[in-house]
Amino acid sequence: MKNKRKTRINYAKWGYRFVIPFVVVYVVFSLIPLLSTFFYSFFEYYFKFGGLEKVGPNFNFLDNYILLFTEGKFFKYFGNTMLIWIMGFIPQVIVSLLLALWFSSTRLNIKAQGFFKTIVYMPNLVMAAAFSLLFLKLFSNNGPVTNFLFESNIIGESFSFVDQNWSTRGLLSFMNYLMWFGNTTILLMAGIMGIDKGILESAQVDGANTIQTFFRIVLPLLRPILLFVLVTSLVGGVQLFDLPQIFTAGSGGPEMGSMTVIMYISRLLGVSKQYGLAGAASTLLFIMTAIVSLGFFFIFYRKEVIPRKSIREGEDK
Amino acid sequence: MTRSRVNLFLQKTFVYTILITMALLIIFIFYTLLVNASRTHVDIQKGFSAFFGNYFGKNLENLLANNNINVLNAMKNSFIIATATAFLSTYVSALTAYSIHLYRFKGRNFLFMFILAVMMIPSQIASVGLITILYSIGFVDNYFVLIVPAMAAPATFFFLKQYLDTILNFELVEAARVDGAGEIRIFHTIVMPLIKPALAIQFIFSFVASWNNFFFPSLIIQSPNKRTIPIVISLLKNSSPDSFDLGPVYMLMVLSIFPMIIVFIIFSKQIIKGITLGSVKG
Repeated sequence: MKNKRKTRINYAKWGYRFVIPFVVVYVVFSLIPLLSTFFYSFFEYYFKFGGLEKVGPNFNFLDNYILLFTEGKFFKYFGNTMLIWIMGFIPQVIVSLLLALWFSSTRLNIKAQGFFKTIVYMPNLVMAAAFSLLFLKLFSNNGPVTNFLFESNIIGESFSFVDQNWSTRGLLSFMNYLMWFGNTTILLMAGIMGIDKGILESAQVDGANTIQTFFRIVLPLLRPILLFVLVTSLVGGVQLFDLPQIFTAGSGGPEMGSMTVIMYISRLLGVSKQYGLAGAASTLLFIMTAIVSLGFFFIFYRKEVIPRKSIREGEDK
Repeated sequence: MTRSRVNLFLQKTFVYTILITMALLIIFIFYTLLVNASRTHVDIQKGFSAFFGNYFGKNLENLLANNNINVLNAMKNSFIIATATAFLSTYVSALTAYSIHLYRFKGRNFLFMFILAVMMIPSQIASVGLITILYSIGFVDNYFVLIVPAMAAPATFFFLKQYLDTILNFELVEAARVDGAGEIRIFHTIVMPLIKPALAIQFIFSFVASWNNFFFPSLIIQSPNKRTIPIVISLLKNSSPDSFDLGPVYMLMVLSIFPMIIVFIIFSKQIIKGITLGSVKG
């Protein structure tokens, strides 16, 4: 008895030993840096004369934040980031949902699923920097797509994809969409496959048509996985950097309409090494991401209440 | 009966048309990339072509000869960093996942919930603090800071934990203990071979993520001979003389994109199966 207890304590010790590398690396290279991002956001800390002379760190409390708020750049870039994300995300979810439904439908019985899934997932593994450069070359003013559309009389001679704000944003959203819709399709498919077939069958027996089954049963049951897709996509979306950085060569595009928050932060960290201001911008981005994520959680939980209520109302009648 | 059959036929036609159009569009993008890498600058300027040119070797030669880009060196750097990152992050995450799966130690649940929570934090926000610290102590422009921070990968951990939950039972470990195997040996000789498929997938994912990584390395690497592939791509501005000849530019994209595509096509079945395992249950 005593012996047994001793070995058990020993095993717990092994548990600690095995997690040490992960925990130490995480604390040193992620947690402390994360906290220091917040910490330095309250300091005047940058380098003068092209990175030669260090200024600070001097505590200046909210000065960095006040600068971000009064200058207005941060919020403009945050708006750009969200816009580019949403314009890619809405088609991404709709197309992925459709594809997932089609792939998992026994009635349609789609052949060559492996091939289609491989193709739609492929752009996800492609280097975003290279993908962006490819699109830049294809859609530039002398690029093959622009020339082709001009020769087919679809666009006028003066039309330029890369010199206009909305077409640049649209292309960035499209690239983001192309890179992620395959991933979302596969996640949603797993969710649909996980739905109990008995529920769907009993709905059919009760006379529900395909559209009713989708909106009343499939969609509500997919809620957890949709929330997962939404939040991970948001966290990825606010960090949008590679695509616009390469596509606009770091300039932010026409009217600075494709300048994202991380591009701005990267610029602050670059030559002038404005660590304090970059820290404040990162902290604000963190807070805003958290708020939007919590908003999504809230909306998804509220929706849970609505069907129940409608059922109860139905009973009353 | 026949009406519903006609209906189904129409639906199928519609679905297949859309699927095939989508697949063709994606294939077309990568096919054009390959074709253009085999054409001369003048030919590329003329527009799309369905046929390969015979300039593939020449474009490759021109690209390799360009010392400003030094693509072979960049590929070597990217390869070293990605291999080390993939190996270490998979191993360390497997250790952690195994520990949390098997051992009942104090703080185990807290650690698990904590790792899940930090998955939702945009990682670049921690990078800003890390860059500030690294520049303050002057420890930049080396591979160490590109490889080591990636060792603690919450997503890899979560994936392996999910896999262990489905496959590893306690009796197996217990039996090995009765046979007198030590804890480290059990992990290496029993658990690691058991979860090999999951380790392979995570190795590929970590490798690809590191190979494609741009933000952090672009702010850490300063020496031209330490540049990785994405940094080299970012230097190809429209105005730079290196992009006057488009042939080698397309070749550079081929060299950065196609190694990953080839690996993916070989393992696509396992990878696609693997994606769902790392997410929440539906």
